[in-house]
Amino acid sequence: MLTKRIIPCLDIKNGRTVKGVNFVDLRDAGDPVELAKIYSDEGADELVFLDISATEERRKTLVDLVRKVASTINIPFTVGGGISSVEDVEILLQNGADKVSINSSAVKNPQLINDLAQKFGSQCVVVAIDAKQIDGRWIVHLVGGKVPTELNLFDWAKEVEQRGAGEILFTSMDNDGTKNGFANEALAKLSSLVNIPIIASGGAGNIQHFVDTFIDGKADAALAASVFHFKEIEIKTLKKELKNNNIEVRI
Amino acid sequence: MKIVIINYGAGNIQSIMFAIERLGFKAVLSNNPDEIKAADKVIFPGVGEASSAMKMLLASGLDSLIPTLTQPVLGICLGMQLMCNKSEEGNTNGLGIFNIDVIKFTSKVKVPQMGWNQIYNLKSALFDGIAENEYMYLVHSFYAPLCDEAIATTNYEVEYASALQKDNFYGTQFHPEKSGDVGEKILGNFLKL
Repeated sequence: MLTKRIIPCLDIKNGRTVKGVNFVDLRDAGDPVELAKIYSDEGADELVFLDISATEERRKTLVDLVRKVASTINIPFTVGGGISSVEDVEILLQNGADKVSINSSAVKNPQLINDLAQKFGSQCVVVAIDAKQIDGRWIVHLVGGKVPTELNLFDWAKEVEQRGAGEILFTSMDNDGTKNGFANEALAKLSSLVNIPIIASGGAGNIQHFVDTFIDGKADAALAASVFHFKEIEIKTLKKELKNNNIEVRI
Repeated sequence: MKIVIINYGAGNIQSIMFAIERLGFKAVLSNNPDEIKAADKVIFPGVGEASSAMKMLLASGLDSLIPTLTQPVLGICLGMQLMCNKSEEGNTNGLGIFNIDVIKFTSKVKVPQMGWNQIYNLKSALFDGIAENEYMYLVHSFYAPLCDEAIATTNYEVEYASALQKDNFYGTQFHPEKSGDVGEKILGNFLKL
């Protein structure tokens, strides 16, 4: 059976991981390549690198990082952050990234999804959607949840699927950082409306949250950052518990 | 050993290059027929859409070369699909090496299949030392149905051929270069053929 996927997310700034990480066995806590290798060895199914640097050098630094990661690990990884053109994507894929994730650039220029799917195939196009509830409606937000758009989460999800996205990474800004669990109701609704895989993001605090998002939220994959970085949850333990709950995982 | 990765403009070639380096070998990228013919091992990658990839093969003349190769050839993902008779994706003819037509998953399941799934009924030297039901990384919307040339089976909506072999031609729907240490071992087995 196809397994559910566990995806640690690494925030990258100028080629270094930014969120504090609590790995005593790391020689260099800021080295994303070393961290990626550890997650890969522990059984992560994929990795996401989210670049949040804003310097002019960012593109070259990111491409160097992608090459190093691709030469070191043997599991798939996605790169996101500031990607806004076919050329941006081409250079990342050429250097060994498996997928790219686009967020605000897709909202500003939805045709980018079609262009990327046509040129590189849907399988490498992840559309990241950040949303939070306003008066009971799920509204797509930009800039880390600060700027609301006119878009409704579910309409936008259907649109990105039609335009050729291969996967949706949905972050609930209401849940992100709370450690109270994923937005399972919205996730389950997304899964019933679109026929591409959905990655759940935002709210992971304990192992039961992952069980719930796979069962109640019908998520295909779950992404988290701090619970892994601070070793609050070990991937091996997490996967064993998921299996005990009859959730198919790769062990 | 000379390993050539066929370069026709499609595919995540860099990941395959790196995986081969991790196994202690070097590969070269080439679309030169003489260089491809002279290689000990040929890898035929492919990611993207079938009919446009086939057009690139036709434009380069590699479509007539590949079926005549006599050394071990490994098609990966779309590479494997293009080695079949034809594909429903863009209704294109393939290279006709494997006698099977590639078709699409229905909307009863999420499409693409994306992630890790098991391979079983393993039947080839490609899988020497590989246990049944190991997990491989797959990303695809189209598949080769089970057939005489199937050397591995995977279940997603239906049981289908996740690897094929005919004589010196091998194909894997999964990405051995992205399937952890087990995938790397399968790639290593191919290089030992």
